[in-house]
Amino acid sequence: MKTKILLTGFAVLFLYPLAWLIAASLKPSGQVFDNALIPRTVQWRNYVQVWQELPLVSWLVNSVAIALLAAAAVSVSSSLVAFGFAYFRFPGRTFLFGLVLATMMLPASITMIPTYLIWKQLGVLGTWVPLFGANLFGSAFYIFLQRQFFLGLPRELFEAARIDGAGYWKMFWRIAMPLSIPSFVIVFLFEFQASWNNFQGALIYLNSEGVEDFTAPLGIAYAMTKYSPTAGGQGDYQYVMVASLLVPCPCWSCSASANAISSKAPPPNPPSPADTISASPLFALIMKLVS
Amino acid sequence: MKRREAGGLAGAAEGHTASRQAAAGGRPRGTARGHEALAGYLFISPWIVGFLVFVAGTMVYSLVISFSHYNLATGDLRPAGTANYEQLLADPRVATSLGNTLFYAVLAVPVEICFALMLALLLHANRRGTGFFRTVYYLPRMTPLVATASMFLLLLNGNTGAINQALRLVGIEGPQWLVDPTWVKPSIVLMTLWAVSGTMVIFLAALQTVPRELYEVAELDGAGPVRKFFSITLPMISGAMFFNVIVLTIAAFQVFDQAYLLFWRDQSNTAPEASLFYAVYLFQQAFRQFDFGFAAAMAWLLFVILLVLTTIQAKIATRHVYYEGAR
Repeated sequence: MKTKILLTGFAVLFLYPLAWLIAASLKPSGQVFDNALIPRTVQWRNYVQVWQELPLVSWLVNSVAIALLAAAAVSVSSSLVAFGFAYFRFPGRTFLFGLVLATMMLPASITMIPTYLIWKQLGVLGTWVPLFGANLFGSAFYIFLQRQFFLGLPRELFEAARIDGAGYWKMFWRIAMPLSIPSFVIVFLFEFQASWNNFQGALIYLNSEGVEDFTAPLGIAYAMTKYSPTAGGQGDYQYVMVASLLVPCPCWSCSASANAISSKAPPPNPPSPADTISASPLFALIMKLVS
Repeated sequence: MKRREAGGLAGAAEGHTASRQAAAGGRPRGTARGHEALAGYLFISPWIVGFLVFVAGTMVYSLVISFSHYNLATGDLRPAGTANYEQLLADPRVATSLGNTLFYAVLAVPVEICFALMLALLLHANRRGTGFFRTVYYLPRMTPLVATASMFLLLLNGNTGAINQALRLVGIEGPQWLVDPTWVKPSIVLMTLWAVSGTMVIFLAALQTVPRELYEVAELDGAGPVRKFFSITLPMISGAMFFNVIVLTIAAFQVFDQAYLLFWRDQSNTAPEASLFYAVYLFQQAFRQFDFGFAAAMAWLLFVILLVLTTIQAKIATRHVYYEGAR
């Protein structure tokens, strides 16, 4: 009973900011700061007005497009690489896979500047390319996940396909991929979320463009300054609140569907969110260091 | 899992090679092997290209940049010797930002670990309805940091914020969270704690692997809850503990989004110097001043610091971490 009470207490603490956010998003501009959970005046108009006040449509379109490109690129390329590591034997395989894991430890700031210069050389600054381009080459965490999944597939499937005269590509595309759809979708959703939340990348590559070209996170940061009462803004902070409530929605639905997939259709090695984190390559790498 | 790997695909490849040889009617063994290896390299080639360009290439390039001056107008790199590294020592803001970051890490990591572990223990002790609480606790984690920051900017406001209003109810006059230099780091910790469930989930997964019999035996021996926690739970989840400590340390040293959004968003910066974190200063030097040489030198200093820290943590862990299968 005591645990239930404590758990409920923490649940209230965790939900309070969200309840506060919903309330704030419905208040007229003078009342946003009054912290009332039930607005004195409910102003539904905010939800209509916000689309005119801020180029929210462009931001959402940009964010959706970039996140879809990033997620599609990384999930296909990582599957390809993962299949290579799972199915084939070749000299240096163990070493190369170790290298894949090791890249997880690299702090982003080391590669940030040269990567910027590479995109500058290619003349794609200000476009979406820097925000998904590197994803075309696979990503360590997802390669690890997909490889684990492929390793769990029964060998008979591939032998049967071979007897039918299937080549390596067909084995990957017609057998391994269709079977790995649950984990493929999870990789896709993870990356969609990561890309959706990517603030620093957008700040580096899109901040000097027009406001219309911003992604949703960059747009909210812009709106925070525009409407912040302390920075000499107009104080219509309720629009920031509406945007802050709308922008997380895709994330919440992503995590809900990722959860549903991993709990309903357990693949051979079911990667539930908890397992995937504790079975992450970084974890494996650290354990290698330790033992 | 291990057994599966052996009998699964890895084995399939072997079988495939063997039957392939048979099908090829006694073609030399080497050719089939070579065929398979070639196909393997082809499949992983996207990653190899990506590694050569975006990891190995950028690391070398970044080292070169750190020993050069970058000319923004022409985009040229001019050799600078060790000038950028000397400037690291000379610039007082490097020391300030490093100090801030270190202070933040020392404060944030233990607090996050304790809070996450407490939540995980509570969830684990609870028998029914855990799914609901788990979802509620996980919701903040799924919220983009920018949205979180836009909320906490108001919640943490010293005069009108809900946090200080709640403190006033119990008779405490809360601090000026976002203005007072002493309270800058605690406010970021507070914001991070709201989304701590990523760490919590790992603890929870680890707690679920601890065999119940251990507790039963301990109870027979008359161990109380505190004794059980320190003698069974803590050692059994030490692997997850170690993982969380490393991941949170690395994250704390690179804290950027929170600090940038709460303090450095607008260029007319009146932000307290206490909120100048290492990653923020690095970003400013790189993409506001376009002093790429200096920023690259800063990045390498951070890399070395993280490498040393992680090695020390790994050394400590060798003695204290229990990892199933390792011993």
